[in-house]
Amino acid sequence: MNRPVITTILTSKIEAPNIKTITFRSPGKVTPGQYFMIWIPGVDEIPMSVSQITPTVIGITFRKVGDATNALFQLQNGAQIGIRGPLGNGFTLTGKHLLFVGGGTGIGMLTPLVEQARKKKLTTTVILGVQTKEQLFFQHRFQRTGATVLVSTDDGSMGYKGFASELAKDVLAKERIDAVYTCGPEQMMTALLSLCKNIPFQASLERYMKCAIGICGQCCVGRGLRVCVDGPIFDGNTLKKIEDFGSYHRDAAGRKIRF
Amino acid sequence: MVDIRTTIGSLSLQNPTMLASGIMDEDAGSMHRMIDSGAGAIVTKSIGTHPREGYANPTVIELDHGLLNAMGLPNPGIDQYGEEIKKIKTTKVPLIGSIYAADAPEFTLLAQKMQHYGVSAVELNVSCPHAKHYGLEVGSDPVLLHDIIRNVKNHITLPVFVKVSPNIMNLSEIVQTIEDAGANGIVAINTVKAMAIDLQTKRPILANKTGGYSGKAIKPIGIRCVYDIAQTVDIPIIGVGGITTGLDAIEYLMAGASAVQIGSAVYYRGPEVFHLICQEIRTWMKKNKYTTITEIIGASFQ
Ligand SMILES: Cc1cc2nc3c(=O)[nH]c(=O)nc-3n(C[C@H](O)[C@H](O)[C@H](O)COP(=O)(O)OP(=O)(O)OC[C@H]3O[C@@H](n4cnc5c(N)ncnc54)[C@H](O)[C@@H]3O)c2cc1C
Ligand SMILES: Cc1cc2nc3c(=O)[nH]c(=O)nc-3n(C[C@H](O)[C@H](O)[C@H](O)COP(=O)(O)O)c2cc1C
Ligand code: FES
Repeated sequence: MNRPVITTILTSKIEAPNIKTITFRSPGKVTPGQYFMIWIPGVDEIPMSVSQITPTVIGITFRKVGDATNALFQLQNGAQIGIRGPLGNGFTLTGKHLLFVGGGTGIGMLTPLVEQARKKKLTTTVILGVQTKEQLFFQHRFQRTGATVLVSTDDGSMGYKGFASELAKDVLAKERIDAVYTCGPEQMMTALLSLCKNIPFQASLERYMKCAIGICGQCCVGRGLRVCVDGPIFDGNTLKKIEDFGSYHRDAAGRKIRF
Repeated sequence: MVDIRTTIGSLSLQNPTMLASGIMDEDAGSMHRMIDSGAGAIVTKSIGTHPREGYANPTVIELDHGLLNAMGLPNPGIDQYGEEIKKIKTTKVPLIGSIYAADAPEFTLLAQKMQHYGVSAVELNVSCPHAKHYGLEVGSDPVLLHDIIRNVKNHITLPVFVKVSPNIMNLSEIVQTIEDAGANGIVAINTVKAMAIDLQTKRPILANKTGGYSGKAIKPIGIRCVYDIAQTVDIPIIGVGGITTGLDAIEYLMAGASAVQIGSAVYYRGPEVFHLICQEIRTWMKKNKYTTITEIIGASFQ
């Protein structure tokens, strides 16, 4: 039934300034790349991708950016929230040597996918891109999986100085990569896609969501592709045909906003 | 051979399944997908003079037998929406512009703009159950409604449809007013005013608290309204409310509808619901030896 079910926040942890992970009891099978609509009663209901998947517990990792995320940030262990999901399609892993590129908050949702890839013993290279080193999180979680972890910072305060997509270009030039998985700022993802000529590519898109069940049309891209149910994960071939990708999204009123 | 073409006054449809307003119609791309999915006509989301963000989430939830929504009429405003309409290129699938406003001058302005952007008809939303000053508040006032329809009719040449609410006690008076004012068709019904409360938090779940109920549960309400309206007026009726299968559509046609609109079933059966329902209508017609839709329209009046 697609309506919020009340659950309790089990644990919460500050990962970096303004970035927090909270966990709740798993409602069933969840695939990396899927998301939940999180209801903060009296405030809003917002989409959040999963950043932690165990048989019993699900985690989400989020950045404080406005009313709803601020309210969620304030909630303590034991507080009640509503969850609706898991929703959306999720990633599918293909190939033997995989490259994962996470930008900013997008790093969080790639974690369970990388963990899954490592469990399947796939060779895994991860690029974590942030503006400055204080914003980095989950580096150790990635390292624990045995993945090769590279960091880029816009200001050079740690690792490679520059954009994650530029570092990815170097990796793609040196290594034989079978597939690329990404979540982050859309311009970073479009830059990556253009590097992945024939390499299979999957990206997680964000669009303003309301119904999250594929009827209100709020989240649509291209020829009526619904990010809420047909996505949020789209492959490279599909993305190449979506003129919105990397160029604009829509606000709550449906007005076009350029990136 | 069965022929499922139909007409709503001067509008010709390849099939009787239309996309209901507010469903997959925020931009040209999604409306194109609904055309690809076999819709016989497309109704735009209800558009106003200015951009409107709508209510906070939760805006749509699923209940046991239908959907409950309070979107709050989100839309980018007529000027920006015009860009979406202009992008839609169809010859066989009429595009109908749904508009909402509080008074005659605003409705007229919106209707004129819709006509200018190239729609084939306009649908006046005077039945939204959860938007203050709009919708139902307009649609239950016969004097105001008459004034709005007259003004719109005087300023555009396109057919004008009026969408009514099941939440009015004076439905016969209202539909008589709509016909007298010169409207070309009646769309029935919009959602049914409703609420759901979460037991644990003791709160209404929708951010707006009240919303509109749609889907399977409201079909008998819609059927009753269409039947009553058909007894009262002679202009064409478009039936909407809970249509999920071809049989549901046929029931509406028998109640007196010339075409039907489909909303919530896009959730229950996916965007391909239009193809599916058309196929189910054809199969039923073949089995029951009907060859045209006209034979079914109003078949229940005996
Ligand atoms: C599929 C998906 C997965 C997401 N996963 C994460 C995640 O794991 N971690 C994370 O920090 N953020 C995630 N987001 C973004 C997150 O939903 C927004 O940051 C959040 O909704 C902001 O709400 P607010 O009220 O705090 O901010 P506001 O001040 O209301 O808005 C700030 C910005 O957030 C976006 N936003 C607001 N409401 C919505 C909405 N209903 N749907 C989509 N975007 C909205 C808008 O772009 C807006 O400009 C995800 C978004 C989507 C679509
Ligand atoms: C999410 C949603 C949004 C809607 N938005 C509008 C709208 O903008 N204008 C309108 O006239 N009706 C709107 N409606 C009502 C539908 O057009 C339709 O009348 C109603 O849902 C009943 O049909 P159904 O049972 O097939 O969904 C909306 C319905 C839903 C579920
Ligand atoms: S959020 Fe409503 S269609 Fe995707």
